[in-house]
Amino acid sequence: MKNKIGYYLMAFLMAPVLWSCTKDLNRLPTHGESADQVYSTMDGYNMAFAKVYGSFAMTGNSGPGSGDIQGIDPGTSDFFRLYWNAQELSTDEAVVAWGDAGIQDFHNMNWSSSNPFLTGLYYRSMYQITLANDFIRQCAPDKVSGRGIKGNDAEAIKQYLAEARFLRAYQYWVLMDLYGNPPFITDADPIGSIPKQISRSDLFSYIEKELKEIEPELAAPKSNAYGRADQAADWALLARMYLNAGVYTGTDHYADAMTYAQKVIDAGFSLIPDYKWLMLADNNKNTSEFIFTINYDGLKTQGYGGTTFLTHAAVGGSMTASDFGIKGGWGGIRTTKNLPNLFPDYTGDLDHRAEFYTNGQNIDIDAQSQFTDGYAITKYRNVTRDGGNGSSLDFSDVDMPVFRLAEMYLIYAECVLRTNDNAHVATAVGYINDLRERAYGNSSGDINSGDLNLQFVLDERARELYWEGFRRTDLIRYGMFTTGTYLWPWKGGVKSGSGVEAFKNLYPIPSKDISANPNLKQNPGY
Amino acid sequence: MRKGSMYKKGRWMLLVCALLLGSWSAMAQNKVTGRVTDAQSGTPIPGVTVSISGTTIATQTDNNGNFTINAAPNAVLIFTAVSHTTKEVAVDGQSNITVQLEASIETLQDVVVSVGYGTTRKKDLTGSITQISSDDFQSGQITTPEQLISGKVAGVQIVSNGGAPGAGSTIRIRGGASLNASNDPLIVIDGVPVSNDGISGSPNALSLINPDDIASFTVLKDASATAIYGSRASNGVIIITTKSGRSGAKPKFNFNSTFSVSNVAHTPAVLSAQTFRRIVNQYGSAEDISRLGTANTDWQSVIYQTALTTDNNLSVSGGLKNLPYRVSVGYLNQEGILKTGKLDRYSGAINLVPNLLDDHLKININVKGSISKSRFANEGAISAAVYFDPTKPIYSDNNNYNGYWEWLDPNATTGLRSLAPLNPLGLLMDNHNNSEVKRSIGNALIDYKLHFLPDLHAFLNVGYDYAEGNGTVKVDPNAAQAYLRSPDQKHGGVDNKYRQKRQDRLLEAYLNYTKDISSIDTKLDLVGGYAYQDFLTINYSYPDKTSDGFVISTPTFAVDSPRYTLISYYGRANINIKDRYLLTGTIRTDGSSRFAEDQRWGVFPSGAFAWNMKNEGFLTNSKTFSQLKLRVGYGLTGQQSGIGYYDYNSFYGYSSNESQYQLGNTFYHMYAPGGYYPQRTWEKTATTNLGLDFGFLDNRISGSIDAYYKETTDLLNMIAQPAGSNFSNEIIANVGSMENRGIELTLNLQPIKKSNLVWDLSLNGTYNKNEITKLTAVKDPNYAGTRFQGISGGTGNTILINSVDYPRGSFYVYKQVYDQAGMPIDGLFEDINRDGIINEKDLYQFHKTDPDYFLGASTNFNIHKNLNVGFVMRASIGNYVFNNNISASSNIRNILNPLKYLTNAIASNLMSGKGDKYFMSDYYVQNGSFVKMDNLYINYTFRKIFQSRSNLTVNANLQNVFTITNYEGVDPEVQSGVDNNLYPRARVMSLGLNLNF
Repeated sequence: MKNKIGYYLMAFLMAPVLWSCTKDLNRLPTHGESADQVYSTMDGYNMAFAKVYGSFAMTGNSGPGSGDIQGIDPGTSDFFRLYWNAQELSTDEAVVAWGDAGIQDFHNMNWSSSNPFLTGLYYRSMYQITLANDFIRQCAPDKVSGRGIKGNDAEAIKQYLAEARFLRAYQYWVLMDLYGNPPFITDADPIGSIPKQISRSDLFSYIEKELKEIEPELAAPKSNAYGRADQAADWALLARMYLNAGVYTGTDHYADAMTYAQKVIDAGFSLIPDYKWLMLADNNKNTSEFIFTINYDGLKTQGYGGTTFLTHAAVGGSMTASDFGIKGGWGGIRTTKNLPNLFPDYTGDLDHRAEFYTNGQNIDIDAQSQFTDGYAITKYRNVTRDGGNGSSLDFSDVDMPVFRLAEMYLIYAECVLRTNDNAHVATAVGYINDLRERAYGNSSGDINSGDLNLQFVLDERARELYWEGFRRTDLIRYGMFTTGTYLWPWKGGVKSGSGVEAFKNLYPIPSKDISANPNLKQNPGY
Repeated sequence: MRKGSMYKKGRWMLLVCALLLGSWSAMAQNKVTGRVTDAQSGTPIPGVTVSISGTTIATQTDNNGNFTINAAPNAVLIFTAVSHTTKEVAVDGQSNITVQLEASIETLQDVVVSVGYGTTRKKDLTGSITQISSDDFQSGQITTPEQLISGKVAGVQIVSNGGAPGAGSTIRIRGGASLNASNDPLIVIDGVPVSNDGISGSPNALSLINPDDIASFTVLKDASATAIYGSRASNGVIIITTKSGRSGAKPKFNFNSTFSVSNVAHTPAVLSAQTFRRIVNQYGSAEDISRLGTANTDWQSVIYQTALTTDNNLSVSGGLKNLPYRVSVGYLNQEGILKTGKLDRYSGAINLVPNLLDDHLKININVKGSISKSRFANEGAISAAVYFDPTKPIYSDNNNYNGYWEWLDPNATTGLRSLAPLNPLGLLMDNHNNSEVKRSIGNALIDYKLHFLPDLHAFLNVGYDYAEGNGTVKVDPNAAQAYLRSPDQKHGGVDNKYRQKRQDRLLEAYLNYTKDISSIDTKLDLVGGYAYQDFLTINYSYPDKTSDGFVISTPTFAVDSPRYTLISYYGRANINIKDRYLLTGTIRTDGSSRFAEDQRWGVFPSGAFAWNMKNEGFLTNSKTFSQLKLRVGYGLTGQQSGIGYYDYNSFYGYSSNESQYQLGNTFYHMYAPGGYYPQRTWEKTATTNLGLDFGFLDNRISGSIDAYYKETTDLLNMIAQPAGSNFSNEIIANVGSMENRGIELTLNLQPIKKSNLVWDLSLNGTYNKNEITKLTAVKDPNYAGTRFQGISGGTGNTILINSVDYPRGSFYVYKQVYDQAGMPIDGLFEDINRDGIINEKDLYQFHKTDPDYFLGASTNFNIHKNLNVGFVMRASIGNYVFNNNISASSNIRNILNPLKYLTNAIASNLMSGKGDKYFMSDYYVQNGSFVKMDNLYINYTFRKIFQSRSNLTVNANLQNVFTITNYEGVDPEVQSGVDNNLYPRARVMSLGLNLNF
């Protein structure tokens, strides 16, 4: 009897061992989905496609504090803020008051391969390329048809694929411009492969080929949904890249730049009437001039970068936050005197593009950390044309034009001069005067062909495009970025300005990636 | 019945004695009666042999410790007991003798120690294991269990996470084994390994256990001891055993009550209003100066309060025939020293151990439950009180913002100055964060001794750990901290809730076979088993709402249920040959759901050998050595904590409502592929341990010394991924290795041992050296390492680094240049790489956060049996702290804030605050070595107060008595290494009573 109980007990107690099944070790997240689940429907394609675009605007997937990029403060890790730091803070157009690690290195031109912002930007661009590669793989026609997606949906995905290739090409252009020789990986390499390094000139050829290949797949100019790239965006990137081809490859492509600028200009774009409307909360109305934009929204597309950064960081000193549609400024970014000195007066009475705040601000900069040293800039404001607030006082509604018509006019004019294309000087002068008539409100600022020279175009680019992320590339093209031929306050860390080594025309490959990827070699000098 | 048998037995004894004594009848014989009690507790000791020196006459004490013996007036009685030291007492003509015996230290060797899936005698241990039982616990106001053994165990560092009610601690055993995975030890409560994760609404997982219910802590330190818990044992194991009843014992009640008064011990040395005015007047512009106020407010005294705590516990234990039981209830009411914070904890525990089937079936049932109700003080007030302008009054004399003075901006819709610090008192009073957390841990361990093979036990252990936290956060709409906080600035206040559940389950089945093979004088103890553990957390998310119900944001998902599972098989063999040679071998294999299928299983073996030299012929009779044992062990343990549950695979995450992207007129949610690392597998730590246990002079000097070497490989380490190869540029991979080597020394001394004075002294010391030996897949001399630990001051600044050839958590800073007077030169740093510019390449590794040495000392004076006086001290040497309070505040730029307000600073050398480098100056890395007296106590025991079994102990404690340190901040004991307004640890005075009846 006792033995019997014993056997039963024994069986009972040891039953778990027999029952144990290791399939419980296969746990799945409540809300995460596999690629096959996500891409099983058109809605899934739409939402994955939105990420390929949205990662230009936002830092992460879960609100303003989240980050796609690790190793950098999430709030500062969006594309345009990082890009802006690299392109503007390093030049005469901008200084910053803050003490974020490495932020002062831009203006002082003493950045290193460990600079967190340069590291963040590099990884942001590479992340967007990786996202695009993944999306492009999922858009392969056999995969799409295999998932039962046909007809209009399949056609739409075909165009999505071309746009993802465009966004990838754009980010490769960013890397080529800033870092020269980045790692190179496409949808042909499976995820997980370790990228090889590509030389700047090979990358130029790749981007050129890509942009030309996808051109027919993209929507005709101005025919795509707002915020999506079309052929005009493709041409605009080609024009910008050709303009700087000499820097990238040693071979100039000014004629090509002019051709593609002309294609955009002829595509039906026109300047909006008031320069001061360019960077406002309702600038999504500026579709006549904007070719391609990064879209922000105070409620639905939140982040501390992009135009939220530009509308907040520029406000400090005695400026009134409510004039900018924000709760309070961050007291960060201003300009050196070089920029206001390009205008006929600081008030903007003559040239309306001179959007400076001078009250209580010194034009000279004793300390970069002092917001009141250097004129403040009021170009970006989270208010509408009629003075109303944006949808949120914390996050900006202002969309950021990546390409706008004015740039194409200026590329055209520069290329006319660079190629001595006398036949088109009049056209160029006409384009410049279009910009200046909008700036002056009348023809009083018009130039004639005798005024048009390369220095004038550079200065006009600064007057028209300042703080939009062009300055470093322009100064390099003109040979003025590192040399002593053109100085600005605190260039090279010296108050009166000083030239620095030529190798700083390229930023360093972040040491973090050098240590992770054995295929990479550092840029010379670093 | 029982009494009768005793009486009979006693009488029989008397008869034997009388017969034996017959031949001595010539001498005068007196009847001597008496009682033998324990010197410490005063409880009677049954079974003590009472013999007359020089004779064979003897008797034994009965259950009440009483004895009667016939002895000559000049005879000497010898009292011997297994559990106590032998004592000789001259009769000296007395007829009634009361004897108190000291618990024998020798018998500590017979103490039974939990080793996981069983117990063993301390003297049979082969691994490095320390057990601390309730007698040796820290005393006073202890509201969270781990503080009971703070400073008591060599190799174990316990640093409380600040002074908030119920705040937990960071526990490190031998320095921890990892970088990015967890360094927390595994905690096993009555056989249930518990999760280290806290629960919403509760400051820490352990705070839900009533410290008064705990009988002992067993710390398993080396791999040969921990390997039986293989997968989760890299950081050591702490086994907590709660109190239980005794078979057949009468009900024994214990009531203890502690009342304590807590005060803030130190506050930051902020500038006084007067000094602040002088500095603003000296350096400020007219505009800055115009911002000065006329008040003199000490904001530190505004936010802190004298806090009262009462802690009451009642328990009853005993045995109803074959059913030993213990039932306890507790109620803790604790106020925080930061105003508004408080904690009410109700706890209860039941332990039942029914014996069935003629002792063949034993079921050990433990159920513990607690309900904690907390109001969390808004800890933002701590830094606000440091930074708030001391020339401003507390109240504004108007009703705006509930009457608190705030920095104003007439141009702002809210009227408040953007980004300015808020009134510290307003932050506290207007913020109501209330939570209620229920938790229950329980298990039933069924122990079946096989009828047909009694040497074999079959065990089934079923356990659970369920917790549920619910809370609300409400902020008044008029409060500055949430005033018109909606994006359109039309709605204010907070009306939010939070909720989380945890459901962890355990199922274990194992066999234990013990065999005493007397033919070869060998004992065998074999264990083999299976464990299944499942950890499920259910997170509920709610909308962020203003007081009037306006929804600011809605969560993407209302419910998320992360879950992981572990399955393990394990075995252990203990072989004891002649009580001299002890061998232990364990092997465990674990599968974790956190790894991909082909990386899932890890195997963790260990082996140890101990040589009990005392039992060798050449030492058995040694008077000098009362104990001598050499231990050597080696083992491998694993780790899978601190990593993602699912990211061995790429899953797409759905974006939140704030992260949508507009294409055309539609806002789309985004699907983002997550970073993943399919090759990820177990982190492995190999530990070699060499130990010596010793005792001299009847164990009045005893202790142990251990040397260890731990090498962690396949380090779960956040490393950079080659850009373009993954959806995450950094991910936790198995790359790198790290070493810990150290020496631990424990010494227990009894310098004075007299009947009316016993002085006990326990000392422990640990030296640990940590070094990272590999960090990246590719060795790159230009790659300094992984930087982490953000600081306040600048966005994105981090102060610590993990670098190869340096200890974990080294400071990574600029080298300050000093003038001839030894003062730092503002903004001047050494160009370490001599390239003419100061940038990140000039940062260097400087000291580290972990101590080189940490020491503990406990001492107790027992005077006239009933009075105990003692203290507990701790010291830490070689730990450095980044004084973030000074670095962020003590500069002109901070005081004269360009965002148009003034902020106070810590009184220190004022810098200009220009540039971006000074935040990271090595000037702010300060030596945090300290000596602390944790506890000073006195207690007195009144015995037999209303019946013979009852006694009452009254005690007085002072906690956090003093700290000796050169560190400039409030408290050098900062686990993170960055001192930035930690909730200050209180100085606590408490009075308590402990009644047994």
